[in-house]
Amino acid sequence: MLNSKIGFKLTFGVVLTVLFAIGIFAYFNIQSERKSLLGEIERHANQLSEAVKSDTEYDMMRNDRDRIHESIRRIGQQKSIDRVRVFNKSGEIIYSSDSAEIGKMVDKKAESCYRCHLAGEPLEHLETPDRTRVFSPGEEAPRLLGIINPIYNAPNCWTASCHAHPRSQTVLGVLDVTIPLTELDRTIRRSQAAVVALAVGVILILSLIVGFMVRWLIDRPVQELLTATRHVAGGDLGYRVDADSDDELGMLARSFNNMSDKLAEARLQLFQSDKLASLGRLAAGVAHEINNPLTAVLTNSSYLLKRAEGQDDTREDLKVIVSETIRCREIVKSLLDFARQTVPKKRQAAINEIIQRAVVVIENQLSLGRVELVMDLDDALPRVTVDANQIQQVFINLLVNSLDAIGEQSGSIKVTSRAVSVHPAGMLQIKRAQCPKRHDLIDRKVQIDGKPAIGIRYRKQDETGLIYLDSIYGSQQHRLDDMPDLRDGVELLCPECSRSLIAEGEACPKCGAPIYAFEVPLKGMVQGCLQDGCGWHRWEQVDSSWNDKFVEVRVADDGCGIPKSQIPKLFEPFATTKGQKGTGLGLAVTWGIVDNHNGTISVESEVGVGTTFIIRIPVES
Amino acid sequence: MNTARDILVIDDELTVTQAVVKVCSAEGMTVAAADSASDALRYLEDGEFCLVLCDIMMSGLDGFQFLEELDRRGIQTPVVMMTGYSTVENAVRSLTSTGAVDYIPKPFTADELLAVVRRSLRCAQLLEEAESASLEHPGCMSYVPCPANYYRLGYVSWAVLEDEGTARIGVSDLFLKAAEGIAELELSLTGEDLLQGIPCAVAISQDGSRHEIICPMDGTILEVNSETQSNPSLVEKDPYFRGWLYRILPPNPENNLQWLSL
Repeated sequence: MLNSKIGFKLTFGVVLTVLFAIGIFAYFNIQSERKSLLGEIERHANQLSEAVKSDTEYDMMRNDRDRIHESIRRIGQQKSIDRVRVFNKSGEIIYSSDSAEIGKMVDKKAESCYRCHLAGEPLEHLETPDRTRVFSPGEEAPRLLGIINPIYNAPNCWTASCHAHPRSQTVLGVLDVTIPLTELDRTIRRSQAAVVALAVGVILILSLIVGFMVRWLIDRPVQELLTATRHVAGGDLGYRVDADSDDELGMLARSFNNMSDKLAEARLQLFQSDKLASLGRLAAGVAHEINNPLTAVLTNSSYLLKRAEGQDDTREDLKVIVSETIRCREIVKSLLDFARQTVPKKRQAAINEIIQRAVVVIENQLSLGRVELVMDLDDALPRVTVDANQIQQVFINLLVNSLDAIGEQSGSIKVTSRAVSVHPAGMLQIKRAQCPKRHDLIDRKVQIDGKPAIGIRYRKQDETGLIYLDSIYGSQQHRLDDMPDLRDGVELLCPECSRSLIAEGEACPKCGAPIYAFEVPLKGMVQGCLQDGCGWHRWEQVDSSWNDKFVEVRVADDGCGIPKSQIPKLFEPFATTKGQKGTGLGLAVTWGIVDNHNGTISVESEVGVGTTFIIRIPVES
Repeated sequence: MNTARDILVIDDELTVTQAVVKVCSAEGMTVAAADSASDALRYLEDGEFCLVLCDIMMSGLDGFQFLEELDRRGIQTPVVMMTGYSTVENAVRSLTSTGAVDYIPKPFTADELLAVVRRSLRCAQLLEEAESASLEHPGCMSYVPCPANYYRLGYVSWAVLEDEGTARIGVSDLFLKAAEGIAELELSLTGEDLLQGIPCAVAISQDGSRHEIICPMDGTILEVNSETQSNPSLVEKDPYFRGWLYRILPPNPENNLQWLSL
């Protein structure tokens, strides 16, 4: 379909250009070929006519007409000569290779005469090109080239015994030789045919190459992008375009992927906040409905527990009922908390202990399900400030999900905890930026990726303009517009006070170009390189203090896995893959809890291989 | 007063009223149950009760409408609100509405219920005593009221704004007296965020019952009073000055103050 559009247009354009170029080339080429060939033939005809003239000169002197007749007839018989004739001053043909012509008069207006007899008094001298003429005797007959050679009066002519010519006569007659141009015409026709063949061949080959290139380089990736747009339009934000090429379409594909990622993220956020309203109403209803029966269970069981002094077995059972009902109460409460997004009750806690407690809760299910639980916990983890109950709920949710993913088969769940340092690049937003004179560089009117950008003026002699830096540290989505290369002596200035923002005496350690620098109040200097493709940046205070900032817990199972298409919807409320088994709230609640702890949750999954949930909780200094 | 029964419980869920009746009568209290607010009003017209336990979300008159009705009819029986929908708003309204004294989120254990019921009964008794005492001996009270310019959340906790934009919060003497002395205090940590209407500390009384102290104001804890932490009895000795619990940084005290009384 696209082939018939871009491909056709492009091919058509190329063919037209080629046709035009070949046409012009061929025209001038054939013209010059024709000219040189004609010149050659002219020269040949001239030589021939001179030869005839000198050959017959002696006989003319002697006025031996028979010999002249014979000579002219013989010469005229040659294949390359059409005819040879001599006519006198009054136009009477005296000698001719065609004997039938002899004695006839030639009209002064005939093609062999008009050159000299064009204007009144006849010319007596003509240059070679003027003596030749190309003419066609009839419609079908081959073209001919004629050359006239005036026979001038000479002393021998008027002193000869015959006294045939008076002395006053300048031109005695004209020798006219005509040569057929059959060969020339044939050569030119051949050239023309060759040019046409060349044009057709080139056009065919070019169309093929252009068509193929368009198909391979444009059509294929564009089709892929089209498919992707359709998928994304249809709501499948997880669809990815192969972006393996380095050209503009590759870049487009990468931007497209990036866009759908961002879209998916935004949609998730939107969905979360959108669903919160309805979730809040639902939670209210659920809380009310569940809490009433729970009240009866909890009050009665705790009442029985108080009265069951001395009956140890019964007390143990009742304790389980009471503690599990209290757990239910906490779950309902956390649902309400999630709906309200309340601030968690954070205390310093060891994440490993929370994991252990969560495991105790699901231990029963482990032994039934033939599932092996592998724990790889780092003992030297820093303590985190969390709501232990909520975080325990997170791990219980994830472990139960893993168990469900493994299902009836045997399998294993691996829980790993470790401290990680996630580099701040790409995550941390620069919220304040100042020039050396403490002017605010953050331009809230210009946004990059939804965040206020950092505005800087550049100047090179008279040329000046504004560029905008991405305020996400390490993200390179700057808007540099058409700022010249920094290495060509461009200045970077504070838009307000024109203080230089170029780091004096420093250069990019990666590419050697000048670097920019501005201050983040209380957090040190941010430096970076704006060279295309370099992307070097440094924020010493943040780069160095960012180590061990997160505690990461991975819950990995080798269960059924999650299809790629479902992953973007995973943390949405009511998105369940478990059918009747789940409420669809587990991961939404989990997401809400982790989000409330300023943490992140992500998932890696492959169908048939397994799923890993990765939770990162920030360690506050 | 001898004819007065101890408790009237109102809930449209039979299982809840049954459980409350069972637990409270086992402790020797006399309990009556009503399954709607209008029924309860008839009971209250017929005889006196020391305390009413009332659900908030009920068909017909809801808990707060019931309180308004009591007010209109001039019935002064203290009411403890119960709810399965334990939101900040419900908690704060339950502590501050006319006629309501306390609040218990559902579901609760027998001990939690008894702790609130006993505390509220004692509180009602203290208030009554104070009223009669002030008639006989003006200026003599059985509990120390909040000082002027202290904001009160019900009878539970107080907050006082400081010049630096911070606020100190603590427990009222009436609450402590009603809880019959505390042996232990469970406090939150510095840096934690507190929410008005959500418990910010737990007082454990001599008999082991737990009393959650509802926070009067939103804010981040700047300082936990180390004196009260190491010596919980200080709260009882000097509840309004040396016995404060937290210094907090309230983000928007104006919003909170509308619920508090001076």
